[in-house]
Amino acid sequence: MTDAVFALTLVLLLLAPLAVAGLALVNVGLGRSRSAAQSLLGNLAAVAVAVIAFALIGATFAGAFGGAAHSFSLAGKSWNWLGSAPFLLGGLASAPPQSQLALLFEFLAVSLAALIPWGSGADRFRLTAGSAATVLLAAILFPLLAHWIWAGGWLSQLGVNFSLGAGFLDPAGAASIHVLGGFSALAVIWIAGPRRGKFPREGLSTAMPGHNATYVLFGCLLALVGWLGFNLAGSLIWLHAPFASLPVTAINTLLSASCALAATFVITRTRFGKPDASLCANGWLAGLVASSACAALVSPAQSIFIGTVAGTFTPLLVEFLELAVSIDDPSGAVTVHAAGGLWGLLAAGLFASQPGQFLAQLVGVATLLGLFLPLVYLLFALLNRLVPFRADPDGERLGMDLHELGGGAYPEFVIHRDESHR
Amino acid sequence: MKYAGLLVMPAGFFLVLAALVLFTAPVPHLAFVLCGLAVEVLGFVVSVRGHMEIRGEHR
Repeated sequence: MTDAVFALTLVLLLLAPLAVAGLALVNVGLGRSRSAAQSLLGNLAAVAVAVIAFALIGATFAGAFGGAAHSFSLAGKSWNWLGSAPFLLGGLASAPPQSQLALLFEFLAVSLAALIPWGSGADRFRLTAGSAATVLLAAILFPLLAHWIWAGGWLSQLGVNFSLGAGFLDPAGAASIHVLGGFSALAVIWIAGPRRGKFPREGLSTAMPGHNATYVLFGCLLALVGWLGFNLAGSLIWLHAPFASLPVTAINTLLSASCALAATFVITRTRFGKPDASLCANGWLAGLVASSACAALVSPAQSIFIGTVAGTFTPLLVEFLELAVSIDDPSGAVTVHAAGGLWGLLAAGLFASQPGQFLAQLVGVATLLGLFLPLVYLLFALLNRLVPFRADPDGERLGMDLHELGGGAYPEFVIHRDESHR
Repeated sequence: MKYAGLLVMPAGFFLVLAALVLFTAPVPHLAFVLCGLAVEVLGFVVSVRGHMEIRGEHR
């Protein structure tokens, strides 16, 4: 790795925390005003806990900066399944620059993944439980997936071992950040249950709109900058892309998000008579999530298609999950991150020029759905027995700010009475 | 019911792994991987239904 590539990658990675900031704003804005401070503190705590847990335990298993790996032989092939880097980041200073950048990428990636369940658990997810869940995510689940995809694990070796294209490709974390985060969000929703009054005994579900659309939409703009950093740095670190390919990757990221927003705008305008701000924000984010998998691998025309599809299914799936499946997901994380990420991963295979790439992407998707979703649910369900995820009814009635922090985010505002608690 | 669905999903994953190991020709490879994915989706649907039933009882 030349000094120029090292410097550029480092600068791009320093933009990535803006994606974390943007997503935190979206999570807060889509929750209720009486839980805003607890939600933002929860997001901040998730980042801190994720970084510490990854440094203490996760980085060893992820194996991003060298060390031996655990593998076994089956059917004449070597299956590399767990990293074995030095404990507590030992020897990091003497590791090659490429490996140091890879580790920094993983630290930022695990921070972003840890935020995703927070938006879905808004208004009922306790701080202690959220932090404990983040430890599981950053110490066990993310490192395992990161090793399999980025550090020479069996998914990345599908091309070498089974002639499936270039192996499972995920240059900017659509699988290890977004699908894993989206599945974690689904597990939190299932375990914590819906907000009180969300699904009444009779009639349709109660609308509980986010309290600050400005936070949400500004968060989307911030996230774009961070996503550009993730997508470009990811293509340099994991795909060893040449400089000349970077502008196309950046344009693909922009196109995917823009087309997704336009599609969601048109659909909500057509269905409801006026465009819906929170669904449009979800559409924009779904386009960005889909671009994480494929912005470095496809053409601009293909990005337009990928973004349009992401923006089309986002409002429909959000509505379906709430009305038909009774999933109370205030931030829409299951749709945006899980479904958007899965679509991006499949699209990367669909438009790949190498034979067998689509099959490699299918195997990756099957691993996420068949292994990681049950594993996330099982670990979180066990954790829920030790540290209950859901706040008690009094906490929900008062708001998580008063209940957990003792003070509200907006002390001068009069919080209106909640009709759902009559 | 939700746990039954969650147990079916890894079965689909192992079907996908078996496809990788047992087949070399692209068509049976793809067919078995798609079957494995279909089993996973089935398990997911059962799990979702299980959660919907629990939700209905708690309303």
